[in-house]
Amino acid sequence: MPKARLTREQIAERAALELPDGAYVNLGWGIPNLIAAYVPKDVVVYFHSENGILGMGPRAKAGEEDYDLVDAMKVPVTLVPGAAYFSQVDAHVMTRGGHLDICILGGLQVSERGDLANWRVPGAKGAGGIGGAMDISVGAEKLIVTMEHNSKDGQRKIVTACSYPLTAIECVNTIITDLAVIDVTTDGLVLREVAPGFTPEEVQEQTEPKLRCSENVPEMALRTK
Amino acid sequence: MDLAVADVPDGAIVMFGGFGGAGFPNNLIQGLARRGARNLRVISNNCGTGDGELGILFKNRQIRHVVAAFPGPGATYFQQQFDAGEVELELVPQGILCERMRAFGAGIPAFYSPVGVGTDVAKGKEERVIRGKRYILEQALGADYAFIKAYRADRMGNLVYRKAARNFNPIMATAAKITIVEVDEVVETGTLDPETIVTPSIYVDRIVVAKGIHNA
Repeated sequence: MPKARLTREQIAERAALELPDGAYVNLGWGIPNLIAAYVPKDVVVYFHSENGILGMGPRAKAGEEDYDLVDAMKVPVTLVPGAAYFSQVDAHVMTRGGHLDICILGGLQVSERGDLANWRVPGAKGAGGIGGAMDISVGAEKLIVTMEHNSKDGQRKIVTACSYPLTAIECVNTIITDLAVIDVTTDGLVLREVAPGFTPEEVQEQTEPKLRCSENVPEMALRTK
Repeated sequence: MDLAVADVPDGAIVMFGGFGGAGFPNNLIQGLARRGARNLRVISNNCGTGDGELGILFKNRQIRHVVAAFPGPGATYFQQQFDAGEVELELVPQGILCERMRAFGAGIPAFYSPVGVGTDVAKGKEERVIRGKRYILEQALGADYAFIKAYRADRMGNLVYRKAARNFNPIMATAAKITIVEVDEVVETGTLDPETIVTPSIYVDRIVVAKGIHNA
């Protein structure tokens, strides 16, 4: 029986550990959208929503929704103390201008040198949509990509060069998947942690470019197993 | 309402505020649908949700060309017409979409930006290295009309927004020849706190009072 990879929620839980206390953070669609629920209790972070909110709180309770107070995905949300509203220009002065501390986006492919493709699958129907992903990727002080290590049909998503349309070049700092935590460095990809029960060799098998690692790669520390 | 949009001609360039269902001038959009102007070139973050927001204008086949950042999976009529090659799309990164409007409103014809370097967005654009980093040249983006939504206006046209419904609205107000605003209420001039005014009246040409329509 194949070993169990991390669930999407467990990827989110591991990614939440990357958030330092007091950080201003933008979370993208997909797995990143699950992260807010896993922020450790002793850590306070301020979420940026690119439609014009800093200090976005949890989803609004049923019956308390205000449809002028929504996130970028139309979900009615709340505010935390100290929150602010601003225009679309200011929302992206914050992203592009490098004012946010950490941004976490979903990914379709990440290359060896940190190129990110996350907005369009070639050949897919429809127009696709860039949204704020390009501004966020270019400006992020630190960009983390959370995604499954392989596509649904088993393709490797960490590749030597992206074949999907790019979001931005040389922008990703860290990749967190259902198999590993990998840092993008000037010397290539470095395997920092493996998912519980997996070996560096098994992670390498599912990764196109060569991974560098120390002799003992620790397992990810997760509360939920 | 219909009077406010009665002079929008066929082929006009119109920008529409709104993002995430909030801050769309839905009453003005429906007025434009009734007016029936065709071959419109529109600028908006999204391309509608079903019949809501810009959806009705696509449903009526009034739009020929659209500049957008995220057309959206709910933009049924747009997606059908896009797949059939019946509507043209220029896809723009969201922050660049509003920065191009800001530039237009500020009298800046074009600017260099790091967003989209090395991607499809850079195709056909001048690239330049400034202090060791690659940038592409982005053009200012203006319109004949801006349709925007605010919460409250005074009789002069000073505007106050509500929560995340602000989004693109104050930027678009500066980037069109004629700015038409839809508000929940109009108050006497002098009763809005000048510290809270986000869009000063100089940018606003027409005010329409209408109960907000939300497309949840």
